[in-house]
Amino acid sequence: MSLVASVLEARGIATVMLSVMPEISSRLTAPRTLVVPFGLGTPVGPPRDAATHRRVIAAALALTAETSVPVSCVWDGSA
Amino acid sequence: MSSLPLPLKYRLLLKAYPWRRIEPVPRAVLRQPLSRSRVALVTSSGLVAPGSQPFDLTRRGGDPTFRIIPAATAGETLAVHHRSDAFDRTGLAEDINVIFPRDALARLARDGVIGEVAPRHLSFMGSITAPGRLLRESAPAAAAALVADAVDVALLVPV
Repeated sequence: MSLVASVLEARGIATVMLSVMPEISSRLTAPRTLVVPFGLGTPVGPPRDAATHRRVIAAALALTAETSVPVSCVWDGSA
Repeated sequence: MSSLPLPLKYRLLLKAYPWRRIEPVPRAVLRQPLSRSRVALVTSSGLVAPGSQPFDLTRRGGDPTFRIIPAATAGETLAVHHRSDAFDRTGLAEDINVIFPRDALARLARDGVIGEVAPRHLSFMGSITAPGRLLRESAPAAAAALVADAVDVALLVPV
């Protein structure tokens, strides 16, 4: 995903990447990464948990306001 | 934080995998507030909309192509074609939003957190071990599709 992110960024599209595997994403250089505490197969959160999905996505998209990139944050449960 | 829930074969593969780093990292700057930005989803879950060709699960090095997912596509009609058996599929079978958060994105648009949802989302199949064609052809084509849709932000969601 970080390779795709680099190509999109070069075309002027700001990217944010979710990561369920910080062991891997920390080796990569995606511009904005939100590490989430969910397992493979459910990166946005548990099924039927719309409130969590919304908070995760809102927190991820908020990283677009970061002026210093690359930036990687661990989701703390907030939006 | 969950530990790495992977079988040993995958942990060994990832440990030895020659990760590509891109230096310097290209960086786009959002020119307007998120509340006025158009947002698209980009998934690596191998998601395919009805009528689209499934990903090639047998292609050596991985299928580097991508699929268009029209934003209006009903969630229950989407299918996952992915060659990896490293992720649990029970959650996505119950609720596609766990890998493709279309409902959350729509809510954020209704609430004014983002400007609007893009008309088209994109889907790749991850587990690409030979990414040459991805970098040369597919990713630039994907970027062109998003540029054509005037997308400002892409949310990349792994599986």
